[in-house]
Amino acid sequence: MEKRDYLDLYHQMVVIRRLEERSAELYQQGKIGGFLHLYIGQEAVSTGLISVRRPEDRIITAYRDHGVAINCGLSAREVMAELLGKVTGCSRGKGGSMHLADVKKNFWGGHAIVGAHLPIAAGLALGDAYQGNKAVTVCMFGDGATNIGYFHEALNLSKVWNLPVLWVCENNQYGMGTAVERASAVSEIRRKADGYGMKSEAVDGMDVMKVREVSARLYDEIRNGSGPQFLEVITYRFRGHSMGDPERYRSSEEVKTWLENDPIGIYHRYLLENKIASEEELQEQIRLAEEEVNDAVTFAEASPEPPAEELFKHIYVEG
Amino acid sequence: MARITMREAISQALWEEMERDPSVFIMGEEVGVWGGTYAVTKGFYDHFGPERVRDTPIAEAVIVGAAIGAALTGLRPVAELMTINFAFSAMDHIVNQAAKLHYMFGGQMILPLVIRAVGGGGRQLGATHSQTPDAIFAHFPGLKVVAPGTPADAKGMLKAAIRSQDPVLFIEHATLYQTRGEVPEGDYIVPLGKSTIQREGRHVTIVTYSKMLEISTKAADQLAKEGIEVEIVDLRSLRPLDMGPVLESFKKTNRAVIVEEGWKSYGVGAEVASRIYEEAFDYVDAPIKRVAQAEVPLPYNRTLEQMALPQVDDVIKAVKEVL
Repeated sequence: MEKRDYLDLYHQMVVIRRLEERSAELYQQGKIGGFLHLYIGQEAVSTGLISVRRPEDRIITAYRDHGVAINCGLSAREVMAELLGKVTGCSRGKGGSMHLADVKKNFWGGHAIVGAHLPIAAGLALGDAYQGNKAVTVCMFGDGATNIGYFHEALNLSKVWNLPVLWVCENNQYGMGTAVERASAVSEIRRKADGYGMKSEAVDGMDVMKVREVSARLYDEIRNGSGPQFLEVITYRFRGHSMGDPERYRSSEEVKTWLENDPIGIYHRYLLENKIASEEELQEQIRLAEEEVNDAVTFAEASPEPPAEELFKHIYVEG
Repeated sequence: MARITMREAISQALWEEMERDPSVFIMGEEVGVWGGTYAVTKGFYDHFGPERVRDTPIAEAVIVGAAIGAALTGLRPVAELMTINFAFSAMDHIVNQAAKLHYMFGGQMILPLVIRAVGGGGRQLGATHSQTPDAIFAHFPGLKVVAPGTPADAKGMLKAAIRSQDPVLFIEHATLYQTRGEVPEGDYIVPLGKSTIQREGRHVTIVTYSKMLEISTKAADQLAKEGIEVEIVDLRSLRPLDMGPVLESFKKTNRAVIVEEGWKSYGVGAEVASRIYEEAFDYVDAPIKRVAQAEVPLPYNRTLEQMALPQVDDVIKAVKEVL
């Protein structure tokens, strides 16, 4: 890793954090509609995971997708414009917060039905296997998705057909407001992979370097024909499930403990302690990230609404 | 032109498209080693191999979901659901994913996907295996829903469906597989979303599709002996619905009977009748009649089952009522 790669990871995490904070403000001002699920606290997961992918590797995730979009290389502008429902958004203002995508960057969404994108992920990997592409499909989902039938159908098929999928469970401890122990028969989520004879491991999702290291190894193994593997990433969302969450289900002490474990703070200290970057250099990254997000908000607010004819566009490719 | 069965016509379309385009492949329950539950893909596995004729677990959500994913990568999967009744287990992937991804992501996702499903009653399979839920699927914008009633249309429309850039639900009827008809050889394409006049007549218009085309034709043959000339419009596609030939025929006959196998409530007949009233009210000489399945879960007992399904006599009676 070059110094600029380390700084780039830091930059991405700060952009995500700042973008989410600004989104929350814009939501409260009524400029963002619908649901808004923030990724604050989980930045190290997608940043580490996606930092080691190759351009041909496909990424697909659930509805907590703003950070994943940034890590896949979407600009803060097109993400923010989509949140504001503008035609300059990555989905032309028709998808919203939960449906970001850019297939040219191999980011396949942004899917809002819990678990429903797992079968689709198996299909993306099938497409690569069928065409002889040496690509990995990375499918991210929450702990809540491991209790729905789609999860089991998709994991089973991926193993039966030896598909190149990395299944990544972001265990943020709660499926909406229901704690893992109250919803899942096994609280150590990775054990569910055993039922499909699939190799699994767990990693600390608050440490971007750890996530990056284990991901790089798993991509290699899968690319070389290991078949599907399962990675459980232990993380925590600092904010509620969505903006309308009263958070009656967890204590403020619990939240405080995790906040002290902030993924950006951990990485910040790591870069300083290992003398990879100076405090000034990191402050400069924070400043650049701020600028980028401010610019994105200005761009999104100034962007036009979708024209009326957009309503009937894209129902079908043909007529 | 060869006279072949509906089964042979569908099989021919699949075979020819797989020979023509290596991105076309089949996946579903028992499509490979077994040769297809209805023997449509008999011989495919040996000829095309296990990569292109893929036996799946009995897991409909991932059959459709994985077909969607593969289609997104540029392949042209033909996913087979053993019966359309099992499509309910894949409902989210059909109506919430396949029908929406292109629109919801602003046109960037393209799914050239075909879902083949066998529907229809009349074989004493009981309530859960005998349904004709076509209208439910036709409710969703973004999905194309077709249900051919002749072997020639089955071949031509399946080829069109496989070549389409949009997701298509291709509904076959289990009791039509042995029906024979003239089918053009080679590259024969019938465009999707086009209804057609299958029989000309001047007294009354019957609007129908799939299995009910056969029932309606039998009714028309009997009525012809009494001097009643029935015009039959075959919808063939339920979405997009082509009302052109329906309205053209209705403006000539001023009377219509709509014959469908599914339930009447919220059904195809309700849609077609409303559109006639909306678009050709001045031509209406008699209230439009609908012939449909009795509003019961289809029973196993043969007599009861046949009582519930639309019969030739029901169609004849309805035609006489509108005259």
